[in-house]
Amino acid sequence: MGAMRVRQAIVQALADEMRADETVIFIGEDIAAAEGPFKTSEGILEEFGPIRVRDTPISEMGFTGAAVGAAMMGLKPVVEIMFIEFLGVALDALVTEGAKMHYLSKGELSVPMTVRASCGSGLGFGSQHSQTLENWVAATPGLKVLMPSDSQSAYSLLRAAIQDPNPVVVLEPRIIYAERGNVDTSIIAVIGKAHTRQSGSDLTIVATGQMVNIAEQAIAKSGVSADLIDLQTIVPWDRETVRASVKKTGRLIVVEESPLSGGWGSEIIADVVRNNFADLKSTPFRITTPDVPVPYAGELEAKFAPQVEDVVRQIKHSLEKPDAPKPWWIEEGVAQ
Amino acid sequence: MTTSRSRRSALYGNDLACYERMVEIREFERVTNELFAAGSIRGTTHLAVGQEALAVGIASILKADDVVAATYRSHAIALALGLSPHSVLAEIMGKETGCCGGVGGSMHMCDMSVGLLPTSAIIGAGVPIATGAALAFQIQKSDRVSVALFGDGSTNIGAFHEGLNLASIWNLPVIFICDNNVYGEYSRIDITTPIEDLHMRAESYAMPHFALDGMDIHAVRKGVTEAVERARSGGGPTLIEAKTYRFSGHSRADQGLYRPEGELEKWLKRDPILVTETDLIARKEITSQKIEEMKQEAVSTIAAVIEQASHDATPKLSAMFENIYAQPKGK
Repeated sequence: MGAMRVRQAIVQALADEMRADETVIFIGEDIAAAEGPFKTSEGILEEFGPIRVRDTPISEMGFTGAAVGAAMMGLKPVVEIMFIEFLGVALDALVTEGAKMHYLSKGELSVPMTVRASCGSGLGFGSQHSQTLENWVAATPGLKVLMPSDSQSAYSLLRAAIQDPNPVVVLEPRIIYAERGNVDTSIIAVIGKAHTRQSGSDLTIVATGQMVNIAEQAIAKSGVSADLIDLQTIVPWDRETVRASVKKTGRLIVVEESPLSGGWGSEIIADVVRNNFADLKSTPFRITTPDVPVPYAGELEAKFAPQVEDVVRQIKHSLEKPDAPKPWWIEEGVAQ
Repeated sequence: MTTSRSRRSALYGNDLACYERMVEIREFERVTNELFAAGSIRGTTHLAVGQEALAVGIASILKADDVVAATYRSHAIALALGLSPHSVLAEIMGKETGCCGGVGGSMHMCDMSVGLLPTSAIIGAGVPIATGAALAFQIQKSDRVSVALFGDGSTNIGAFHEGLNLASIWNLPVIFICDNNVYGEYSRIDITTPIEDLHMRAESYAMPHFALDGMDIHAVRKGVTEAVERARSGGGPTLIEAKTYRFSGHSRADQGLYRPEGELEKWLKRDPILVTETDLIARKEITSQKIEEMKQEAVSTIAAVIEQASHDATPKLSAMFENIYAQPKGK
């Protein structure tokens, strides 16, 4: 147990897996000699050498597809996609090839590959380098999708992803890379199992990534007694934990750093409405970004993803009234 | 018992067996086309009539543990590599006895006992996948090689260029075989591609490359042997362009009406089955009578396969839910 930054926890998890299993290789842009643009591979090339740790050309379609082929032939490739947006040119390899090989081979082949990608807003990278895009990959049976929220989950989820015999996407919120937290390296996550960060009685909040921290601050500020469920696995998500929590609290808010339309949080709401309808004391709802690209200007980006003050407002509404509060852009008359 | 492996090894060093396999593929495709035309099979199909020499030539050189990433034009390469006509036809018919258990269909064939990775319905997708398989072989210090087999249309998609680039910088044991059948779907190559000799594209990746006569199995075997030997001995990748011609349309719906007059007729004179039997007769390896017997044999074999497959069971509903995720070992 020791304190480390999220990016160091990622390095540690990768190194521990590479030590434990010589079939693990690591490929991506600037990950070897430069040790990663976000320093998520410091010391990896030095320890494991250029056969297992390879800088690739800027060629996501090529090297993600190559990872599918290498995985089927017995390696466990870890692929770094520098910004999740760059997966756009490699989606075929992951979604249409990698996620189908086990199926089409009657289970004979498997594709034990991990795709790591930095994602998310808050650092002024603008509309093409700040999306989370988990919803791109969340609707593909055959893929698993994970998102850490702190150093411990960054470590434990990455180890679980590399050990998993399926293609797993790990979305790392870029904004938390520098945050510190304790890491127990004996903990390897169970994919599909949520982490309840704190327990309470009046409200259930489900969140992922940097939104877990936002929700935690909002709970503290509002003084509510809440279950805070860090989903950690978006696919396949932990229905049992969420249902049991809502059964106890009767209220549900999902906090997402992705657009209002087409988000995974709708799945959570739909499942709870279907299975916990009689338990609900107020309308379950989502707090999301508006349906807009991530804006660059600091004043705009500061409002883009759910913010503590606004989550507090919506928590209070949920406790006081049976209906759902309006999103900030409607409440403040900025947009419809 | 005939297995995919034994059907495969039958081809090694045996010109008559290779010829017989080509005849089998031709008859298989003829019958498949009829079944689709009659509405007996759903979905779509992509025939490789005229491209038999390439498929069988490749299969007769590769070892069974080498791997092939091929495309939706999958029947010929599957049969050549050793899959039985029954497992291929049953797959096309959506039967549980098919090589993918009936969940794949005409575009998806797979049998790892002879190295056939699930064939892809996405243009160019197999190029990076074969490259990655070769990366695994290189790291494992194995002498296995991989092959990406794809059409001329694939040479215009990014995956082709990215795969060749990676294979070249990492010196991987992979052979890229472009089956240039002159048409990318319905469009003639000169409309879509600024060069005629597609193998030249390897120049920009500093990769050995050449064209061969894809209608002549000897030329195929010679070229593939050269590239496979280079790959196995650590010499890296090769791009081969096999000049062939698709005697049928792109897919089920395509009558090929866009062909210039006389083009098909010109290529039919280079029919790989005709070329091979002419050669075998000239070398006194076979008689015309034996050829007729082989063709009759193929007709009755495939007819029996249709009969068998059409009586096979369809997959159970539970098959829809199987093999989505691999289970961790020990669980």
